[in-house]
Amino acid sequence: MADTITTTEPEMVAERRPPDLRRGLLGWLHANLFNTPLNGVVTLITVTLLSMLLWPALQWAVFQADWLGDSREACSGEGACWVFISARFESIVYGFYPEAERWRVDLVFVLLAVLIAWLVIPRLPAKRWVGVFALVGFPVLAFFLLVGGSFGLTHVPTREWGGVMLTLTIATVGIVGSLPIGVVLALGRRSKMPLVRGFCVVFIEFWRGVPLITVLFMASVMLPLFVPTQVEFDKLLRALVGIMFFWSAYMAEVVRGGLQAIPSGQEEAAKAMGMGYWQRMGLIVLPQSLKLVIPGIVNTFIALFKDTSLVLIIGLFDLLAIIRAGLTDSNWLGFATEGYVFAALVFWVFCFGMSRYSQYIERRLHTGHRN
Amino acid sequence: MLRSSSRERGPLWRDPTFRALLVQGILLLALGAFIAMVVSNTLANLEARGITTGFDFLQDRAGFSIPQTLIDYSGDSTYARTFVVGLLNTLLVSALGIVTATLIGFAVGIARLSPNWLLARLATAYVEIFRNIPLLVQILFWYFAVLQALPSPRNSHSLFEAIFLNVRGVVLPGPQPLDGFAATPWALLAAVIATAGLVRYARRRQAQTGQALPIFKLGALILIGLPALTFVATGMPLEWSIPSLAGFNFQGGVTILPELMALWLALSIYTASFIAEIVRSGIQSVPQGQVEAAKALSLPGGIILRKVVIPQAMRVIVPQLTSQHLNLIKNSSLATAIGYPDLVAVFSGTALNQTGQAIEIVAMTMGVYLLINLVVSALMNLYNARTLLKER
Repeated sequence: MADTITTTEPEMVAERRPPDLRRGLLGWLHANLFNTPLNGVVTLITVTLLSMLLWPALQWAVFQADWLGDSREACSGEGACWVFISARFESIVYGFYPEAERWRVDLVFVLLAVLIAWLVIPRLPAKRWVGVFALVGFPVLAFFLLVGGSFGLTHVPTREWGGVMLTLTIATVGIVGSLPIGVVLALGRRSKMPLVRGFCVVFIEFWRGVPLITVLFMASVMLPLFVPTQVEFDKLLRALVGIMFFWSAYMAEVVRGGLQAIPSGQEEAAKAMGMGYWQRMGLIVLPQSLKLVIPGIVNTFIALFKDTSLVLIIGLFDLLAIIRAGLTDSNWLGFATEGYVFAALVFWVFCFGMSRYSQYIERRLHTGHRN
Repeated sequence: MLRSSSRERGPLWRDPTFRALLVQGILLLALGAFIAMVVSNTLANLEARGITTGFDFLQDRAGFSIPQTLIDYSGDSTYARTFVVGLLNTLLVSALGIVTATLIGFAVGIARLSPNWLLARLATAYVEIFRNIPLLVQILFWYFAVLQALPSPRNSHSLFEAIFLNVRGVVLPGPQPLDGFAATPWALLAAVIATAGLVRYARRRQAQTGQALPIFKLGALILIGLPALTFVATGMPLEWSIPSLAGFNFQGGVTILPELMALWLALSIYTASFIAEIVRSGIQSVPQGQVEAAKALSLPGGIILRKVVIPQAMRVIVPQLTSQHLNLIKNSSLATAIGYPDLVAVFSGTALNQTGQAIEIVAMTMGVYLLINLVVSALMNLYNARTLLKER
């Protein structure tokens, strides 16, 4: 029988790698989407739902949409008609700002963009001076540029402001104004003087307890009663005062969180060195605690930015209000979806950008232990 | 080295006690001057404009109607009644929103931690999209772009010929209680009390003997069984009024206003995106070692979740969740943008325009929100004190 076994391999069969289920597309699918029967079902349901929602949405917004044209005739009615936006793009950006003066708005936009970019990009030098300029010099400069009435610029009353420009104005003033007030309030709340502390606590808790709408109502109907009759109190200014106070209270709570996180040994050591209160706070405690709460501050900025849209209710024409006003134009009835989707997109881009930046800075500043 | 003589203490303006007094004195003076100025200005302005002050207007006839009222209200009712109607509408939409936002938020938050890649990404996308779009934009979108685009009542979308969806809102079959129905809610109340008692008893029993009762099944049995039994025993005294088209509108049934729908949807979806983040961070805050230790004790998965993970996660979740609920209540004031008759819309809006008594009305409105805030914060502090980590 020995001669029948002739098919024996002369050599060993070369080793083959086992099929790797953890690699490649299939492996990934198996590990992440179909690892258990339940997960498989969940995946299939999600895919079905997504395709039912996403595809028609894309069809509407992109493939069947009308992009070009300058009047209603350009809208075919199959998908979205973005002509509604492009036809009134100028007013969405500048509001009712006189056409001949719009270069001033552009200049402020460019300046703001450069300043923000400078502060955001870590590699650029002289952060401190740029920061001081952004918080002090820039608002003054922007004020003179936008309002006019001096240096040979024509006066543009605030009722002609609107659109993205007004939204950014409110947001910037709100941010620049509420941060310092918030820091002072936070320090005051930790003060050992009962009267100062009491005042700060009442102030903070009052603004945090009421909705921004009622604050804006108060600013628009009650503030004029508080000042002497002959004083003309600008509507935008009233709203800005309300917004600043409201958000400074939230800012104060964020900053207080940072102050509490600094070990008391830091302040005691500074005291032992003979530093005064403002030296201890300004040189030792605040730099450390503000760094800790940058994400919280940016989150407050995001909330503030989103809530600038509320000024629509007291009759200011911010981005959202301009779009809403456009929807009542008898030539353009029935484009509510396009209008609000566009408004949502603009706000989303700004807010998402800020939140990403806050996450980035959080990782960058995370110099302590990581778990 | 002790210093005894006051001569060596330096000048008076270096003395901390004196300086604190000085600062506070200046603050008090400035505050007093500010308030005096505001009051005198306000009085002068009110006089110049011929506006009366005081709360007498609350007894006056309001003279406008409100589309959604939870209590009897007509144009002849007083402003005080308007205030209550608005407040109830605010509380209604807040309660509805809190329930749905919490449910969606928990679902999305847990989905973000799912091992299923697609589901987790979808939940992340949900959070990132909806929390970065202003609530007002979302409210206007739902109201003007979605609900106002629905067909007229004659061409309503219908579900089982009982629920109708049209531009004037959602029409649902309305329950019509007959005689004897009152027994059922009482039975439900009795069941709730009985279950609460049972839970307390079971806890004590387990603490003493180590034996657990099947509390979940027993509780469910009592909670559902007792009211259902009462309902059947009293002869099922409930009728449904099915809406039907009559002319241009629906008769019968219960109509949910499109304003309420839009506000409810937007509030739920927006707040849920924040709650989802809170739930996720709460669950992630439970150290992995806790779960591993529970596994080492060979506790089953369900028990680990219920007795180890959730109680510890809740300690992180609940305070932030409450503050989101408070935000939702405050945000419900955006109702005024679409005309849902909430407190701000009917009272700070219409009533203020009619009477011109800005100070009283804005103060009352703010007072309501402040009161809600204070009550909830007080309850929260109580909860925090109870669940605080007992560090020894």
